[in-house]
Amino acid sequence: MTQPLLSIRDLHLRMSSFDGRAHVLNGINLTVNRGEIWGLVGESGCGKSLTGLSVSRLQPTPPAHYTAGEILLEGHDLLKLSQAEMQRLRGKRIGMIFQDPTTNLNPAFRIGDQLVDVALAAAERDPDVIGCSPNAGRRERRQAARKLAGEMLARVGIPNALARLNDYPHQFSGGMRQRVLIAMALIGRPDLLIADEPTTALDVSVQAQILELIKNSVKDFDMGVVLITHNLGVVAQTCSHVAVMYAGNIVESGPVAAVIGNPVHPYTRALMSAIPTRETRRGELRGLAGSVPNLITPPPGCRFAPRCQFAQPACTAAMPTPVSVGDSHAAACIRVNEMEALVDD
Amino acid sequence: MTEIMLEIDNVSKIYPGRRGIFGSSPEVHALKNVSLSVRKGESFGLVGESGSGKTTLTRSILHLETPTSGSIRVQGQDLGKLSDAELRRLRSRVQIVFQDPYASLNPRMSVYDIITEPLVIHHETLGLTNRQRSDRAAELLSLVGMGPQHLHRYPHEFSGGQRQRICIARALASGPELLLLDEPTSALDVSVQAQVLNLLCELQDRLGLTYFFISHDLAVVRYLCDRVALINRGELVEQGDCADIFDAPESEYARMLIGAMPEVKVPASAGRGG
Repeated sequence: MTQPLLSIRDLHLRMSSFDGRAHVLNGINLTVNRGEIWGLVGESGCGKSLTGLSVSRLQPTPPAHYTAGEILLEGHDLLKLSQAEMQRLRGKRIGMIFQDPTTNLNPAFRIGDQLVDVALAAAERDPDVIGCSPNAGRRERRQAARKLAGEMLARVGIPNALARLNDYPHQFSGGMRQRVLIAMALIGRPDLLIADEPTTALDVSVQAQILELIKNSVKDFDMGVVLITHNLGVVAQTCSHVAVMYAGNIVESGPVAAVIGNPVHPYTRALMSAIPTRETRRGELRGLAGSVPNLITPPPGCRFAPRCQFAQPACTAAMPTPVSVGDSHAAACIRVNEMEALVDD
Repeated sequence: MTEIMLEIDNVSKIYPGRRGIFGSSPEVHALKNVSLSVRKGESFGLVGESGSGKTTLTRSILHLETPTSGSIRVQGQDLGKLSDAELRRLRSRVQIVFQDPYASLNPRMSVYDIITEPLVIHHETLGLTNRQRSDRAAELLSLVGMGPQHLHRYPHEFSGGQRQRICIARALASGPELLLLDEPTSALDVSVQAQVLNLLCELQDRLGLTYFFISHDLAVVRYLCDRVALINRGELVEQGDCADIFDAPESEYARMLIGAMPEVKVPASAGRGG
């Protein structure tokens, strides 16, 4: 039995604000193995990005406060590491891509120099990254890192990569900048890639290319990916597994084919029916009434109950625990087993 | 024969190049001979990627940009030939809803002020008294599914979906016939997007509005629009009935865009599930 790459166990996160303490993550359980792409979906404010930021420990504490749980990267609890130890993991073991490619590149430095810096930092931990012995001179290491940077740029599909190392970020288009960021995230050969809405700012045609690139990188580098998105279409197209989040909980999770093909949690069903498809007739789109609850005073029991069309009095009694409904497919709803009959009505 | 609401005839827009101390940039052809017509009462979708000229065309319809050549007619009136006063009168009949409801409402104005501002601006045309204006504001809010209790609140007190409803109410204030919708749902969550789309459908049925819907989300366009035009690098690539274009796209560009649409369906390769 091999150890999972990433294992988040019962993670609880609270945020202090002027209005009180918000329970923003409420017992997250997630296991990511190498070769898997996990989609994390949900509405704004449901805790997707916070889960991603928690893994890379980029969420400042305070205001955040981890009250319970652990985040294990191959058995080592990331929450127990110091910031200095964490800094050594970022870029090397954990790669990150964020939503906005324009704000995540330094406009004053050439792309090549920014990539080389990441490669050299990663090489301090693992000299194999740039294929150069740690005793080699500074110039030799830099040259090796630069060669690698050129290869990575070519790999993410930037034409004429070697020449473009000398370009500044403003000379790249949005899609190209996102490719540069992906190259930067992959250059340290991370084991785990966290992509937080990597394609939200991009056109659909570019989005399709970037998602394909992430998919191929998983095969090439044997890594695990957490892809945070609000677009179920992106999940269906890219991911192997999906976890649907609502108000700080994972309400349904499992392989994409099972969850998208046979969603059992009412929230997943509602999200899916809110997306217009080929068959949706004008005026018949089913929206989801209401909005995400206030997490300072969350509703009792199931947090989705106030918006759920199948809610019963029992739903507000206690927070439902995930129930297995198939091969590693689970949903946190007390009426999971009745769902098929309820939907037919 | 249905009445034509908006006619765009051979419009081109060229932004001049710049010559500065860091060298010069060539001129930009933002629109090249674009022609299309929107019938009264229909929803017309304009789809294109960023930089394709969608916004330039929208701004031209509002006459915020003057086309380099060609003409734009709203209900037969050529925008380029109107005086300022005539243009102002026309604008009460053409309104716009912007993409980002967080940026398009003034945070220091109450909802009441926001919604009645067009009524004040178009006072000449509409001629409402103060009393009538506040009645109209309450009526508009209930039209978009909000209540009079929201009138004296400020934008920051509302969620994204509610803000977009306020933007729609403001756009409807002067009683327009043509509504330009510039990606009105792309900043919203899918659940809220569904509510706003349904509201737009309902309003169109009730008020007989004509929509000019700009989007890069093909699924939304397919849902809302009767006809659609695809624009790429300033040129119209294809236009026609929505169903025809989605089922049998003729141009390479349309096929590419439709192929890149992320559909929510079980991936074929997985071959499992219900």
